[in-house]
Amino acid sequence: MSFNHGVFERNAWLLSIGTLVVVAIGGLVEIVPLFYLKSTIEKVEGMRPYSPLELAGRDIYIREGCYTCHSQMIRSLRDEVERYGPYSLAAESMYDHPFQWGSKRTGPDLARVGGKYSDDWHVAHMLNPRSVVPESIMPGYPWLAERKLDAAFVAEKLKTQAAIGVPYTEEMIANAAQDLAAQADPDSDGAEDVMTRYPKAVVSNFDGDTSEVTELDAMIAYLQMLGTLVDFTKYDAAGPNLR
Amino acid sequence: MAVAKNGEEMSALSDALAVLGAAFVAFLGFYLTLFSKDPVMSFHGAVLGVAAVLSAIWVLSSLSGRSEPQPFYNDGPIKFAAVASVFWGLAGFLVGAIIAWQMAYPVLNFDLPWISFGRLRPLHTSAVIFAFGGNALLATSFYVVQRTCKARLFGRWSPWFVVLGYNLFIVIAGTGYVLGITQSKEYAEPEWYADLWLTVVWVVYLIVFGGTLLKRKEPHIYVANWFYLAFILTVAMLHIVNNLALPVSLTSPKSYVIFSGVQDAMTQWWYGHNAVGFFLTAGFLGMMYYFIPKRAERPVYSYRLSIVHFWSLIFLYIWAGPHHLHYTALPDWAQTLGMTFSIMLWMPSWGGMINGLMTLSGAWDKLRTDPVIRMMVVSVAFYGMSTFEGPLMSIKAVNSLSHYTDWTIGHVHSGALGWVGMISFGALYCLFPWLWKRRGLYSMRLVEWHFWIATIGILLYITAMWVSGILQGLMWRAYDKLGFLKYSFIETVDAMHIPYIIRAGGGSLFVIGALLMAYNLWRTARGDEPVDAEEQPRVAAAPELRPALAAAE
Repeated sequence: MSFNHGVFERNAWLLSIGTLVVVAIGGLVEIVPLFYLKSTIEKVEGMRPYSPLELAGRDIYIREGCYTCHSQMIRSLRDEVERYGPYSLAAESMYDHPFQWGSKRTGPDLARVGGKYSDDWHVAHMLNPRSVVPESIMPGYPWLAERKLDAAFVAEKLKTQAAIGVPYTEEMIANAAQDLAAQADPDSDGAEDVMTRYPKAVVSNFDGDTSEVTELDAMIAYLQMLGTLVDFTKYDAAGPNLR
Repeated sequence: MAVAKNGEEMSALSDALAVLGAAFVAFLGFYLTLFSKDPVMSFHGAVLGVAAVLSAIWVLSSLSGRSEPQPFYNDGPIKFAAVASVFWGLAGFLVGAIIAWQMAYPVLNFDLPWISFGRLRPLHTSAVIFAFGGNALLATSFYVVQRTCKARLFGRWSPWFVVLGYNLFIVIAGTGYVLGITQSKEYAEPEWYADLWLTVVWVVYLIVFGGTLLKRKEPHIYVANWFYLAFILTVAMLHIVNNLALPVSLTSPKSYVIFSGVQDAMTQWWYGHNAVGFFLTAGFLGMMYYFIPKRAERPVYSYRLSIVHFWSLIFLYIWAGPHHLHYTALPDWAQTLGMTFSIMLWMPSWGGMINGLMTLSGAWDKLRTDPVIRMMVVSVAFYGMSTFEGPLMSIKAVNSLSHYTDWTIGHVHSGALGWVGMISFGALYCLFPWLWKRRGLYSMRLVEWHFWIATIGILLYITAMWVSGILQGLMWRAYDKLGFLKYSFIETVDAMHIPYIIRAGGGSLFVIGALLMAYNLWRTARGDEPVDAEEQPRVAAAPELRPALAAAE
């Protein structure tokens, strides 16, 4: 062999540069095209940013580590589509910072859990999962019902998301605090505005207690919208969206 | 004379820089304490500030000792990291056992947020990977680079900054998870401020390690150091890119990752799989390439295989990430690339395994006489097994069954407990007598017990997970004769109960083994006379003591 590996072994700089070049290639090839190939994310109708209350619920979902046991990604396999609904599209998580596809299903997939159960069922389930599913091994989350939702940074959260590409309008940011409260109170004046700004948002009492917006309200608002935005009766997988 | 004066100026300069740096960090810490509206972030600021003040006091109080002659090798930070590794190992294994029991008996979550499964699981993974494994890597890399370069660690305070700063990161990350601070990216859960701190620590780590390589007295860089260097460089790249995030406010712990959806998924598993590939593999291969030849007193089996092993492993590993995303919304071309490279990865992995195992050529009898060698060899065997299983599971057809199930958990643990755990235990059993200048371990018989208890625990763990994973995967896709799905989801959960109990039992055995190790290493460091000195090989003793032992024989 004419090449002498000793060159790398005698020069720490060369060894470092060689290593960096070799480890950079795979990531560059696999990640960079995802940002410019148009076929990566389908064009679909119905996707919108999360409402302030849904986003707050999502932050709690993250805080409590729900992703350690629940995926949000229905694979394109027959049994999964029959169990959970249409397979997940890339477009459906395009506003998810970070993504919540998960890696383990100790509990079922939640990509399309929205609307499958009533708010009351969710309340009972979150307080004590075994009250509605006796064999469940999910922990209870009673503290969510007791904690008032911390809305201190609600507008800043929307602003931050807008800065990294989520299409929140100035109107949405300006009304963030109001929308957050209104979504948990169907009788409020702002309830209709929430529906206008965030189509298909579920406006409800969620935890049944109207005195204050709790973390449980936010969590259920988030769960009830999961996977409901794209209308699959109209979506044509073989159409112009075909990869 | 001029050299001595120059050296004194240099150390005075580094003292001054250390104090200035500490003052700056203290300012940042106390600023967060005072101005963050988030109580957890205030607490983290206080931890950072107090640690910085204590460091500054330590630096200032040791100024008078500057002219004292110092030993050639800088072993203080290594001792600290070695002890930290044992401590965090116990903590991480214990939390693992607790969450395993929680899955068998959910009442053990006690309806309390701080010990709920979702918060303890990241605590477990970070504690074992970054706290236990990370400290083992810090300790061994600093030990190996000095000995194989015949050079003292680069820097006066920076090696201490690396080990202390790294452990401070672990405290901030771990307390954060329990109190609800996480960005939910697996194995990269710490929020932006902890990530920034780790970045600083890691860059200094690279400078210390690379600086030591540059001032080496040996013409060639030893193979173990190639792996350590690749581990440090690549982890820096992965950590920085995967954690790019925009904080909601500089006084809020919350941030949003700049990537979203499919791009974020790809970036995360590019990171995630190479946390395995570079943190848990390349770094520990560095350990294998030093401690197995040292302990067996045999040279590495094949120099040429080392070269092929190194370059092919680091090139191929980076591509393997998409096998975590088969049949998802990730484009097919990326999935196929991930699968292809994962399968190719089998070859360098086994090349490395063969290089490690065959180093025992002509010394196979030591498997019987030295349980420390046996531990390391069995670890390499587990490495071989899990690096065969990994490519198998990356095949799309297999993955459609295994993904999202406990099979993945079992696979990870055959690598983590079997390979990473056992090679680290072996290295720690080598290091403690060597660093504390003892003539051997306190008790070789306890090592024997540790070996068997841990091995039985691992086997129970991974067989239970094979059963539950494959069973659940098959149940999810089972159809009845009318063409309907046969099982509801909860029926598949119910079927996991017995495997979960067996797994928790296996994990608990592993904890018991680690307790024996901690006791044994504590007695060794304390200086207790070995109870079975005559059964220990001469290489168990510190290098300085070996000539005297040889003369006595």
